[in-house]
Amino acid sequence: MGRKKRVKEKMSAMAKREERWAWLFIAAPFIGFLIFMAYPICFALFASMTKWTGMNALADNFCGFENYIAIFTDEKFWKSLGTTIIYMIGIPIGMILGLLLAMGMNRKIPGVRVLRTMYYVPVVSSLVAVSILWMWVYNYDYGLFNSIIKAVTGLHGPNWLGDEILVKVAMIIFMTWKGLGTSIILYLAGLQNIPRDYYEAAAIDGANGWEKFKNITLPLVSPVSFYILITSLIGGFQVFVEVQVMTTSGGTNYSAATIVYYLYDKAFSNGQLGYGCAIAVLLAIIIFIITAINFVGQDKWVKTMD
Amino acid sequence: MNGGYAKKNTTFDIIVFILLCLGAVTMVFPLIYMVATSFMTKNQILSGTLTLIPDPLLIGKYSEVLGKGQFINGILNTLKVEIPVLLIGGFTSTIAAFGFAKMNFRGKNALFLALLATIMIPFAVIMIPQYVLFTKLGWTNSLLPLIIPGCFGNVSMIFFLRQNIIGLPTDLMDAAKLDGCNYFQIFYKIFLPLIKGALGTQLVLWFMLIWNDYLAPTIFLRSEDNWTLQVVIRSFNSYYAIQSDYALIMAASTIAMMPTLLLFFLLQNVIIESIAISGIK
Repeated sequence: MGRKKRVKEKMSAMAKREERWAWLFIAAPFIGFLIFMAYPICFALFASMTKWTGMNALADNFCGFENYIAIFTDEKFWKSLGTTIIYMIGIPIGMILGLLLAMGMNRKIPGVRVLRTMYYVPVVSSLVAVSILWMWVYNYDYGLFNSIIKAVTGLHGPNWLGDEILVKVAMIIFMTWKGLGTSIILYLAGLQNIPRDYYEAAAIDGANGWEKFKNITLPLVSPVSFYILITSLIGGFQVFVEVQVMTTSGGTNYSAATIVYYLYDKAFSNGQLGYGCAIAVLLAIIIFIITAINFVGQDKWVKTMD
Repeated sequence: MNGGYAKKNTTFDIIVFILLCLGAVTMVFPLIYMVATSFMTKNQILSGTLTLIPDPLLIGKYSEVLGKGQFINGILNTLKVEIPVLLIGGFTSTIAAFGFAKMNFRGKNALFLALLATIMIPFAVIMIPQYVLFTKLGWTNSLLPLIIPGCFGNVSMIFFLRQNIIGLPTDLMDAAKLDGCNYFQIFYKIFLPLIKGALGTQLVLWFMLIWNDYLAPTIFLRSEDNWTLQVVIRSFNSYYAIQSDYALIMAASTIAMMPTLLLFFLLQNVIIESIAISGIK
């Protein structure tokens, strides 16, 4: 009895010691989380209910849900939210292209590694640098696109970044180009995980290429598709840098501005920090809801290997 | 692997190969155009006709860019952020990953999930409060807003290293405990050498992230002296575009992209592998 108890005490002393060490090891990220994440989030929630400008006192300017109500009739908010969603047209385009290219690379083809690298280079390139580059590509008078159009048709090309609709096309092309490499890498990894026997068995059953694609490839890469979709949606709601670099003050009639661009504009150019926080909170809620819908809806189309 | 199958599809494979090559060339073409422009004369650039080969080839823009104090200062500022963050933040992240992977303590899972959930929080939500916090602390006239938060660790690095360490046998730990090692010695002597490769990859990825970061520096750095490289090339773009000095802008952007591209070319296998794993989980 006595001996058993001693062992137990010793165990718990060891467990306590382990716990103390563990707390020491994870202390830094935990403290960082409190100071740089948890505190700012609470702060943003509170500030979103104030008419705070950074110059006045936060607590004296409490206004309840006024900012949120104002946002509902704020045309620029809806316009930038709409533009943000229009840019997401690039997500399915990138996914389809990515899957097709990955399927191509999954065949016995020489130089796959070099090809893969070439498609991936834009991903690791600095977003600012490539935005600057593409601004030059889209340049009205001397840019690459209009030079090609002139060389082929003899006519002067359009004003890509100045036109309200074309600027969206231009941004979608740019974002697809920038992100395509990631989809390819992820799909390629997913395709390589599919056992060869599945295809061989289907071939014996007389399945043609399309049937194999539809019944084997597509369902078995669906977890990858799900991952790309989720991460692209979350990223898509946060587009900012390319808009700020490639357009002047959000483009003609604010046609290129995204929601984060609008938020930045409100908070740091207009000094409406409280209002900016309200937009930020709404953005977080939108992202949360979209992600939740995706997770709930995934049972309908995301298959697992077994 | 599958003899008859492959033979039948040879023509198709050739078509696929050609399409893949065309696609790949299209992908890198804008970058080639960037480098080509950086070597051209103003006359050639503004001729409005499609040319890719610089004639004459000028390298002067590169020395012009590198001769600009602001540009060099931008590189130095970026490095002043990189070095402390990677050293200190790399250490705190690795040791936390070990704590989460191999040690027992109350609230471990809840805490880990809380940290992981922060990946989903948009930076836009916290950037205003962080800006105010850093202003109050008097940090916005220095590089501290970029350095200090990073020193507390990086959640995605913690996540990946934890995955790595979890796969290692726990027996190693028990054996070391019997030898009288404390937990830090166990981490340092036994587990650290086993995750060197993964740690290196994560540090390289983090280096690239900091190198390419733009949003946080534009918001938090009030003084031009502190601008990091990406902010500097953005301001070059606005400033020299008015003078139509596209060669200079392209030279500056090319130099700014070089370090991450070089790292990628050197370490592409490990980098691509770690990206691919993130999708399969």
